[in-house]
Amino acid sequence: MPVEEALLPKDLAAAEGMVNVQINGVWHRFPKGTRLIEAIGKSGDEVPHYCYHPKLSSPGNCRMCMVEIGMPARLAPGAEPTYDDEGYLPIQWMPRPAISCATMVSENLGVRTKSTLVEEARHGVMEFLLANHPLDCPICDQAGECRLQEFAVGHGRGGSRFVEQKTKKPKNVDIGPRIRLDDERCIMCSRCIRFMDEVAMDPVLGFSERGGYTTLGVHPGRKLDHNYGLNTVDICPVGALTCNDFRFQMRVWFLKETPSIDTNCGTGINTVIWTRNDQVYRITPRENNDVNSCWMPDSHRLNFHYLHGQHRLTSSLVRDGDHHRSAPSHNAAGKVASALKSAPKGTAALVVSSRLTNEEMFLAKRLAEKCGISAIATVPREGEADDYLVAADRNPNTQGFLRIFGDQDRAATLQSLRDDVRSGKIRTLLTLQEDLLAPEAGFTQDDLEKLDFLASLHLLDNGTAAAADVVLAGSGFPENRGSMINVTGRLQRLNRAINPPGEALTNWEWLATLLRETGADVFDGEAAAFKALAASDELWQDLTLARIPDNGIQLYETGIKIPLVERERERIARGEING
Amino acid sequence: MAYIKIKRPRLGLFEKLYLPALIKGLRITLGHAISTLRGKKRETMQYPEEKWDDNMPEHYRGAPALVTDEQGRERCVACQLCEFICPPRAITILPEEIPTEDKWAKVEKRPRKFEIDMIRCIYCGLCEEVCPEQAIFLRKDYAITGLTREDMVHDKEKLYEIGGVRTGLVNKWNELK
Repeated sequence: MPVEEALLPKDLAAAEGMVNVQINGVWHRFPKGTRLIEAIGKSGDEVPHYCYHPKLSSPGNCRMCMVEIGMPARLAPGAEPTYDDEGYLPIQWMPRPAISCATMVSENLGVRTKSTLVEEARHGVMEFLLANHPLDCPICDQAGECRLQEFAVGHGRGGSRFVEQKTKKPKNVDIGPRIRLDDERCIMCSRCIRFMDEVAMDPVLGFSERGGYTTLGVHPGRKLDHNYGLNTVDICPVGALTCNDFRFQMRVWFLKETPSIDTNCGTGINTVIWTRNDQVYRITPRENNDVNSCWMPDSHRLNFHYLHGQHRLTSSLVRDGDHHRSAPSHNAAGKVASALKSAPKGTAALVVSSRLTNEEMFLAKRLAEKCGISAIATVPREGEADDYLVAADRNPNTQGFLRIFGDQDRAATLQSLRDDVRSGKIRTLLTLQEDLLAPEAGFTQDDLEKLDFLASLHLLDNGTAAAADVVLAGSGFPENRGSMINVTGRLQRLNRAINPPGEALTNWEWLATLLRETGADVFDGEAAAFKALAASDELWQDLTLARIPDNGIQLYETGIKIPLVERERERIARGEING
Repeated sequence: MAYIKIKRPRLGLFEKLYLPALIKGLRITLGHAISTLRGKKRETMQYPEEKWDDNMPEHYRGAPALVTDEQGRERCVACQLCEFICPPRAITILPEEIPTEDKWAKVEKRPRKFEIDMIRCIYCGLCEEVCPEQAIFLRKDYAITGLTREDMVHDKEKLYEIGGVRTGLVNKWNELK
């Protein structure tokens, strides 16, 4: 009867572009084109896998993700389909397992992930993978986050039956300036090859030899020196590819993970900061499909060593004759506040870095209002966009500056500030996290000497600090908590991973102290400042700092697109990846 | 939870009086006292001069120390498992890469700094148990003293000095590699 047939689950699903799939006896509905491994993942079950990565194509070469599948039987000519009580066709199970990463979901598909057949298949694959794998775990950097270790515990057999010599392959191979390769540990999942080919679009990696002797290597005459090369280290399921910078520095199980964002450019790449005892050991990308997918440029992830370098300021300094002496923070802050307050109207200025968080900028704005400062400039930093993730704007929070200070022509404002300093109109200057002698700021030593009073809030001992009357030891990106708006108009949160060293304070604490010294009310922490800021801007009104999701929230569209993310969306639309 | 019922012995009247047991104990004490006074037997030891070291049981857990093997290779590869397992967090390790010109460059990793704070150490032996390289052992040294806190921190050099050479261990790094 046609009326009853229209109510069958397959028709209901097809109307929405979905299919029905039975996973371990329970029927689920997934969109057409979903890979089986993703579908099983969404149903709450996990399929062990090595070669599959949601952002890369599925060659299906590790064979770890095998599951038992079944389809409805093909009907004999003239036979009528028999539906069960729920309206599904009976499933005929296939005698052999199939890989779930390269199988697409289809109507009335049945999957078993916990059957004996599946367990035996996983057992077998694990035994083959471990047969030639060296017992390097005590010296291997991947130990603790190694998929092979994890699945060996879950699906391995414990002992080895392999009595022959393990295959010898090149170890400790120098394949690029930032990456080391250990071929014995490689399990030939080809994730790195596919990443370099499909995402970085610089195919330098490939396999040579055959069978048990298959060896990963770089093409002759080439090096893995691409700026996105270290992402291969992140996706390597074993310790075959390791990062030279993090190699042998610390075991991963000691490290604390703090979700945060990158501050090297306007993209605001989502990151995880790995720290122990107030020291940053590494930074890895965090998945955010609207900002950076799963990737991050090497130049940004390795740019944190200055935090623990020899130029880091650990206490505040006050000029005493021709040299500086360290001073308690309240003394230093008091000097700056009184200089700003006592400066005659129109002679004091503020340089606010666009690397500050919204909350810090908001406090800086309050400070300027309190002291009657109207000359406020920021340093624009324009670079070249790299057609992947790095934005042309190298300031992480230009959008925040524009919203809070509303200064549209930043370069001209900076130019007029420079002119005013040179003409002697500006006598007192406070710079917040900007080195005025840096080429992008454009001040000269002579300009700074013209000033009556120069104060610098920065985390490093730079040229401006040397010329300053008071140096406030500030903080770097892993020490700050606050929000920033990236080039696309997305509000994202920085989280505090470590404490500033010695007597250095966070930028927030300095600004709050300065504000208190001038006699103003101070917010009770960054969250309160965010609330006050949000109340003044209709876009943010319902938000609090804690309520910003880990992946950020799109406030408005600036029209700027991130090329890598756009390419990934096209690949998803073409059905190449599930994303 | 299963319960096990323990059967306590039922005491007779004689045992319930306690006095006989008391007298028995006093007799033993008096016996020892008399034999000591007569110079026949000694129950105490003049500690710093006299030591009991020769009678120490095989399983005695003294100060933890690092060992080298027959080839003179430092066995620790700085995997930091002992640092992880150490209940009082007495161990601090800083790893480093073995330079390529070193004879044991194929091992790749060794400790640059290995410190055990003997004020913190509780001699539990978990470091020895967890070590995958048979590199750390609890020796029979028990008199660990020092005049400052710094004295009580054993550095790598001191640990190898206490540990010495240990033979007959599994030498997995000696295979061709």
